[in-house]
Amino acid sequence: MRRILVLLALLAAWPLSAGAVTVERVVSPKGIEAWLVQDHANPIVALSVAFRGGAAVEARPGLANMVSGLLDEGAGPYDSQAFQGRLEDLAIDLGFEAGRDEFRGRLKTLSENRDAAFELFRLALTQARFDKEPVERIRSQILAGLARELQSPEAVAARAWFRQAFAGHPYASAVRGEPETVKAVTTAELKAYARTWLARDGMVIGVVGDITPEQLKPLLDSTFAALPARHPGITVPETAPKAPGATMVVTKDNPQSVAMFGEAGPKRDDPDWYAAYVMNYILGGGGFSSRLTEQVREKRGLAYSVYSYLSPYDRAGLIVGGVATQNARIAESLDLIRAEWRRMGEEGPSETELADAKTYLTGSFPLQLDSTAAIAGLLVAMQLDDLGIDYLDKRNGYIEAVTLADVRRVAKRLLDPARLSVVVVGKPEGLAATR
Amino acid sequence: MFIRVFAVALLALVPVVSGPAAAQVFNPTTHTLGNGLQVVVVENHRAPIVSHMVWYRVGAADEPPGKSGIAHLLEHLMFKGTPEVPPGAFSKIVARNGGRDNAFTSSDYTAYFQNIAADRLELVMKMEADRMRNLTLDEANVVTERDVVLEERRSRTDNSPSALLSERVEAALYLNHPYRRPVIGWASEVAALNREDALDYYRRWYAPNNAILVVAGDVRPEEVKALAEKYYGPLKPETVPPRLRAAEPPQVAARRVVLEDARVQQPSWNRTYIAPSYTSPDKAQAYALQVLAEIMGGGATSRLYKALVVEQGIAAGASAWYDPSALDMASFGIGATPRPGVPMDRLEAAVLKELARATGAGISAAEVERAKTRLKANVVYARDSLHTAARVLGEALTTGQSVADVEAWPQRIAQVTPEAVNAAARAVLDERASVTGVLLPKPIATAAAPVEN
Repeated sequence: MRRILVLLALLAAWPLSAGAVTVERVVSPKGIEAWLVQDHANPIVALSVAFRGGAAVEARPGLANMVSGLLDEGAGPYDSQAFQGRLEDLAIDLGFEAGRDEFRGRLKTLSENRDAAFELFRLALTQARFDKEPVERIRSQILAGLARELQSPEAVAARAWFRQAFAGHPYASAVRGEPETVKAVTTAELKAYARTWLARDGMVIGVVGDITPEQLKPLLDSTFAALPARHPGITVPETAPKAPGATMVVTKDNPQSVAMFGEAGPKRDDPDWYAAYVMNYILGGGGFSSRLTEQVREKRGLAYSVYSYLSPYDRAGLIVGGVATQNARIAESLDLIRAEWRRMGEEGPSETELADAKTYLTGSFPLQLDSTAAIAGLLVAMQLDDLGIDYLDKRNGYIEAVTLADVRRVAKRLLDPARLSVVVVGKPEGLAATR
Repeated sequence: MFIRVFAVALLALVPVVSGPAAAQVFNPTTHTLGNGLQVVVVENHRAPIVSHMVWYRVGAADEPPGKSGIAHLLEHLMFKGTPEVPPGAFSKIVARNGGRDNAFTSSDYTAYFQNIAADRLELVMKMEADRMRNLTLDEANVVTERDVVLEERRSRTDNSPSALLSERVEAALYLNHPYRRPVIGWASEVAALNREDALDYYRRWYAPNNAILVVAGDVRPEEVKALAEKYYGPLKPETVPPRLRAAEPPQVAARRVVLEDARVQQPSWNRTYIAPSYTSPDKAQAYALQVLAEIMGGGATSRLYKALVVEQGIAAGASAWYDPSALDMASFGIGATPRPGVPMDRLEAAVLKELARATGAGISAAEVERAKTRLKANVVYARDSLHTAARVLGEALTTGQSVADVEAWPQRIAQVTPEAVNAAARAVLDERASVTGVLLPKPIATAAAPVEN
């Protein structure tokens, strides 16, 4: 496969965009709100839910992630094997995932099993058992996963980058935690996180597929109304990446060095968000059309994948990127990236680049509407970021409105190669570590 | 390895169905142009988008000896220009029109695709047809792209001990058949590939009569047919050579591949058996083996997971995999990861005990029924995404299956009996036709822990 890595980077950078679908606001008798897109072509219903908080509010690094692995490992009357057996026999896809700022859940079912699916989802959210056997089993799986992460230079680089950039802040910790913190998690902590943070006031819901508003309303009540009305409040402070300009080397006996680089970027509510988004597409977000790919890959064959993306968190914004080049030439790749960073900051893009970016970003918008689950995820992101229920209709207008002056202004504000902090994992040659 | 990872992912999406309601899977329309190009259309009108793919019946297993990696390098070079579309312009034109494009190579096929607004189908069809016959390569571009591929190999394989082990297990599993070669190629051979190698391969294999066009999305079959006639229709067919692959001798000796690497933090164990594919003489076993894989390793209640991970608590994970889509033979695999402190030989003994239970006492009728029911629902999910339809059909047609085979999948799975599953398990789970792969950390004396400066 050729460009999977690039494509993934692209997806990560994408804000939500729109398509030919109608979003309805559905409010249940007990006041639970969901955004719904009806699609009766296939007998499938997909639900996506997010609770604000995530790993940033956890009592111990890795706790929220461990909760996400355990909600479907026994709940209510079902022990772990019985719960998983129900899911498998009814072909229900149900799962949870912790992010830095949110805790997410997903549900996908055939229409014929809809009621049973929502019931299992309710049990997982409100009556997870945290029995001893699954707690120890999931802990061992997380520890095995952490050990595997140490074999992945990309994961090692990202961990080191965040540890350095956000020292002293919850964002410094990887969502999956560290072996010692995962080993220390107690059942009481798991239960407390689920009871405290899966609350209605931090919750947003998206539903897509073969279901009407009238069918959805009672299911919203039966599934979510028993959750606590409020969480304790999120007190995570605003922050910005530290150690600008630092280069850190993590020595690993690999033939190729993997680098992560980045600096402060816009948050999602930044007035210049769309200008920054277009700018990043031209710089390093646009796969084969980006300046970074042109210089590093196409002209010189220095990397299979080189990219940048905007990474907006609730309490900090980032523009970050990655590259992987053989040890002897990684310094050359990083020099080229810094040069492009500077050139974009000083000059901005050309008229042609701006026009091409706009036609891509607006024209590719409906490609995201490929599956019911993908659309459900979009509905949740729109609510988390407070984009409005008409966002799908308005989004391309926001892109179209970006001017060359906007992009130049935001590039000048955001991009400074002297501020880039870089982590390199491998045995790089000709590279001076500053830390 | 690419092929296997990719195919297992498809299988997870598609595990096709049984049940009277699901008489068909994707309901495609097909026809063949005068020059031999097969055209397959799947309608999906949810969004105004289309997936346009061209699949060639050629892959890494068709490479000449000593030229490993040429199929994949050529895939990269297909973006390097024709008289109409200059080097590097293809993807930029697609992007400028709001589309995304990519390509991939396996042992048996090479495929190119664009996902784009339905009203741009004609544009991408014109460009894809153009590069089917008119590729021109510049030596400098070939050399640069070869460096890109060598970096890709370092990223995917050389930087990853578990990927290195997989590569060496494959090389040991096939004694003579070219599936033993990695799709991306051996580094030393890739480094020696040149422009002529790529053009030779291109001229030999890239022709309309050796390709399949798959279009899925918001389109009508008549409209696709007219466009295909216009752009692909005029292309001249070629005499394409037969795909001659060296036969595999009977396997009579079990093999063991152990990789000890200082970079390993999490050990693992796996075993891969030679197995029939959809194209084997005993292809009925291919359906029974999908049911067997589901029972052995298909989820949290599967035999291996339940015994090793839940009940005995000695493994962190356990799984089974099987992909029957191959032009020649396929493989059936099982794997497990030990929990901290569990010696590898203890884990291995426990896995082997489960295998002996499967081939000895056997699989029950109830287990077979449950597995078939679980597989059933996934057809509906597979229909949800237009990309899935295009990929499944393209892979099937380049690996010796017909559209009818894909559409009959639900019925054939429904027909699998407990006797068939047990017979397939006993035939395939034969250690002599297997490779056991073990990933271990290098003994501590020589291991270098990562150091932060």
